[in-house]
Amino acid sequence: MTTLVSVKNVVKRYTRGKQKVEVLHHLNLDIAEGEFLALMGPSGSGKTTLLNLIGGLDRPDEGEISVHGQRIDKLSNRELAKWRARNVGFVFQFYNLMPMLNAERNVELPLLLTNLSRARRKQNVQAALTLVGLADRASHKPSELSGGQQQRVAIARALVADPSLLVCDEPTGDLDRHTAEEILDLMRTLNQKQKKTIIMVTHDPKAAEYASRQVHLDKGTLLEDQRTAA
Amino acid sequence: MKYLPLLWAGLWRKKTRTILTLLSVVVAFLLFGVLQGVNTWLSNTVKDTRVNRLYTVSKISYVEPLPLAYLTQIEKVPGVEVVAHQTWFGGSYQDAKNMVLSYPTDIPKFFEAYPELKIAPEQLQAMQRTRNGALIGASLARQYGWKVGDRVPLLTSIWTKKDGTSSYDFEIVGIFTAPKLISLEQNFLMNWEYFDESRSFGHGQVGWYIFRIRDASQSTAISKQVDALFANSLNETKTQNEQEFLQAQLKQLGNISFMVNAIVGAVMFTLLFLTGNTMMQSVRERIPELAVLKTLGFTDSAVTTLVLAESALLCVIAALVGLGLAAVIFPIAGSLIGGTLLMPMGAVVAGILAALALALISGGPPAWRANRLAVVDALAGR
Repeated sequence: MTTLVSVKNVVKRYTRGKQKVEVLHHLNLDIAEGEFLALMGPSGSGKTTLLNLIGGLDRPDEGEISVHGQRIDKLSNRELAKWRARNVGFVFQFYNLMPMLNAERNVELPLLLTNLSRARRKQNVQAALTLVGLADRASHKPSELSGGQQQRVAIARALVADPSLLVCDEPTGDLDRHTAEEILDLMRTLNQKQKKTIIMVTHDPKAAEYASRQVHLDKGTLLEDQRTAA
Repeated sequence: MKYLPLLWAGLWRKKTRTILTLLSVVVAFLLFGVLQGVNTWLSNTVKDTRVNRLYTVSKISYVEPLPLAYLTQIEKVPGVEVVAHQTWFGGSYQDAKNMVLSYPTDIPKFFEAYPELKIAPEQLQAMQRTRNGALIGASLARQYGWKVGDRVPLLTSIWTKKDGTSSYDFEIVGIFTAPKLISLEQNFLMNWEYFDESRSFGHGQVGWYIFRIRDASQSTAISKQVDALFANSLNETKTQNEQEFLQAQLKQLGNISFMVNAIVGAVMFTLLFLTGNTMMQSVRERIPELAVLKTLGFTDSAVTTLVLAESALLCVIAALVGLGLAAVIFPIAGSLIGGTLLMPMGAVVAGILAALALALISGGPPAWRANRLAVVDALAGR
């Protein structure tokens, strides 16, 4: 399998007050194209930090991060923003939808950065909403949707620009078990049928079972790497 | 244009706050429009005046009368073409508050001194035949619905008649227009002889002299010559060209331009804090949303532009509404004072530029904050 994401000897430090804290210690990780990877570990283990680095939201202090063979740690802020728009879809624990926009407009946001016509944008938005089963909720605002529906809208937004990589930070952390399973089913479908590479941070071992690979982090170090039959 | 729904939605995130801010900006630009309009109108009025038309008034005050005998002496000054005189009648129609800009004058010479006035020759001749005739401006005629042949009594607060009454009867014999000097269309002109014979005091006196000169470049020299004629007399004079005369009259009201600019400046300065505060609050509340936009691939400059554009949208919409209201109010105000006032285009352009400047300055600090926003920290609520 082709390697999509390559993390080499990455160190990340944060400044907390006067102290510098090293969150990731010389971490190495390769993620193959088409993988559904669950990144697990206790709070403060560095999962979200690693996810942010892979998603191009942050930069390592040392080491290299490559996606599709491109060194994203070398990109300028502007280049990195454009790279994110083309290559990564983000899903957050609390959905992070724009409260004043309806589902359709929320999903359209990444497409505003493209040169697509209005008609084409609308067509793609409809397709993404249909894929997540919310075509009939296009005109609803987030406040008019349930948590699970909001997360589906967020997934549609992550998918609409057709990125190869989805990074999801606790996507089911705010949902009940039943709704969480629906979202995880959807993610597995996206992985298996749409061939999206998914990296999901989760605390939940049940959620991790949906992934094809589980990676455990503790105190900034990779502890365990296991492939599952999922 | 594709960002408009995003901007529009952002603007209406807090409806009450946006409406209140919009109303404040609308009122400020309404004031801006009206005051700038008045300012521009006054400047244009002064600009439209002639430097080859001179005014001789009493040196003490322009309300002090001058002897009629001065007329022939002024006529003899080399370079002087035609000399007319005018007197303030202080007239009103039916009620003292319905003031009419009424003047006894030497009609034929007055029309020679003001070639801007357009009237049918037969009406001018009728005026000379009708002792108590009156020629009125078209704007005044419209205001009261007066037409040729109407008999109009005017009250005066100054010139009591010999019979002890204060009402003078006039017959309207002509209506003149003055497209290039619109303010004159409010004038009510009467024969000085009728006025002088009827009044109980002040005989042989006039209010001021108006005369045209051949060469406008000689206005200062001729003014000095005229004033020299009456130096050390009981009625010393001050002569100025029309532009200087009007400016001097306006100065008696104060430095209007300065007052207008000071008021507008104070309002705009206050508005800066108001809109700036609104934008700051709006951005502060939306830190996580702006972070999401950056996460999705919006660059720092794109997010900065969005915040500035939202500020511009707020200010320009409100400014257009305010200026639009001012444009509606301006002609109404004009009709109340009996003139034709139209909002000058320059005031509208200045208003829109002021709105954009306001947007840029008040939106600047929140836009800068949005620009510097670190995505990871903002998403983590730090």
